[in-house]
Amino acid sequence: MLIDFNSEKPIYLQLAEAIEDNILKGIFEEEFQIVSTTEISVKYKINPATAGKGVNVLVDEGILYKKRGLGMFVSTGAKKKILEKRRNSFYKDYVQSLLEEAAKLNISKEDIIKMIVGGSEIEDNSDKGSK
Amino acid sequence: MKTIQIKGVSKVYGHTKALDKVDITIESNRIYGLLGRNGAGKTTLLNLMTNRIFPTEGEILIDGETVFENDRVLSNIFYMTEQNLYPEDERVRNIYKWIKEFYPSFDMEYAKDLSERFGLDTKKRVKNLSTGYASIFKAIAALASNADIVLFDEPVLGLDANHRDMFYKELISNYSERSKTIIISTHLIEEVAPVIEEAIIIKEGKLILKQSVEELLSGAYIVSGEASKVDKYIQGRKCIGIDTIGSFKSATVLEAVNNKDETLAEELELEFGKAELQKLFISLTN
Repeated sequence: MLIDFNSEKPIYLQLAEAIEDNILKGIFEEEFQIVSTTEISVKYKINPATAGKGVNVLVDEGILYKKRGLGMFVSTGAKKKILEKRRNSFYKDYVQSLLEEAAKLNISKEDIIKMIVGGSEIEDNSDKGSK
Repeated sequence: MKTIQIKGVSKVYGHTKALDKVDITIESNRIYGLLGRNGAGKTTLLNLMTNRIFPTEGEILIDGETVFENDRVLSNIFYMTEQNLYPEDERVRNIYKWIKEFYPSFDMEYAKDLSERFGLDTKKRVKNLSTGYASIFKAIAALASNADIVLFDEPVLGLDANHRDMFYKELISNYSERSKTIIISTHLIEEVAPVIEEAIIIKEGKLILKQSVEELLSGAYIVSGEASKVDKYIQGRKCIGIDTIGSFKSATVLEAVNNKDETLAEELELEFGKAELQKLFISLTN
């Protein structure tokens, strides 16, 4: 889990996403306990309220649940929920910014598709002029 | 015993008004950052809260009781001063014992453990400690005090990067284990920003802002790109901290992050970035 303190994204959201990533990767398994908010806040030197807020985002979404006196656990079906959520925002989160960057570099949609299919770099077409 | 009310407090030294009608309510069980430029009145405020000096007007209450000559209330506040106020010739371990007399809940075992972890030789006399270790010694005393309210004045002065890292981690774990009200006065704003929940900013003896750091940061953002295009974007928007390097310009816009105009920025080929607490601080206190 990495937190970028210079990122535009608030720390608590980055934390929630980092926990989700770990669930997707199977590092945090369903029905197993995750690290406590204290451990998180100490490790990243962040205010415990910030860590708590990040964890609560996932509790509200039903991805984590609280066991009284024990701590935070990963819900059954959490992985599926995260997958659905991330798939729904995939276009906005990744494709849109890909297209924006491609437009800046004067890379056509066809070239992008070629890259995705072929997995190779495009030919230099800077002579087409980008201004 | 944790909520601090500062009501209409002023402190005048001769012709200088160190604090001018300050009203602040400090909620319990939070970590606050007390920020201000040199001479803004931070230390004066901390000294007033701990009854070391007396307000010219106004009063300071802790859970409704005045701090003025109130030993019972004061025994629950620990103040890590920037200057050393302990006897210079005394050994560190003896001062721990001495603190225990005034703060019965002082955790001696924890203080010894922390001293060992920070590599502080408790047999040393206070006068023989380096700047860094003098800070470490005072910070350990504060952490181990177990007081309900702990005030830190420049806690990491002279500490190397490793020790600063250790200090912040210990502070957070200490706070998580036993809830308390913590106020950290410091100039190291970026470093302390993720640790504190709320920022209290004072300027020339006046309170200018008390707000949660997250709110503060979500109320501003940086926009950058070609100078004339940035100018176009920031027209009619409240801006601070405008930096120009050649034809590149970046500005901190005082507007909610959610309200930024993504379409216009795209059109103008501008980029957005996160506002820094330090930048906001500089512009607010300039």
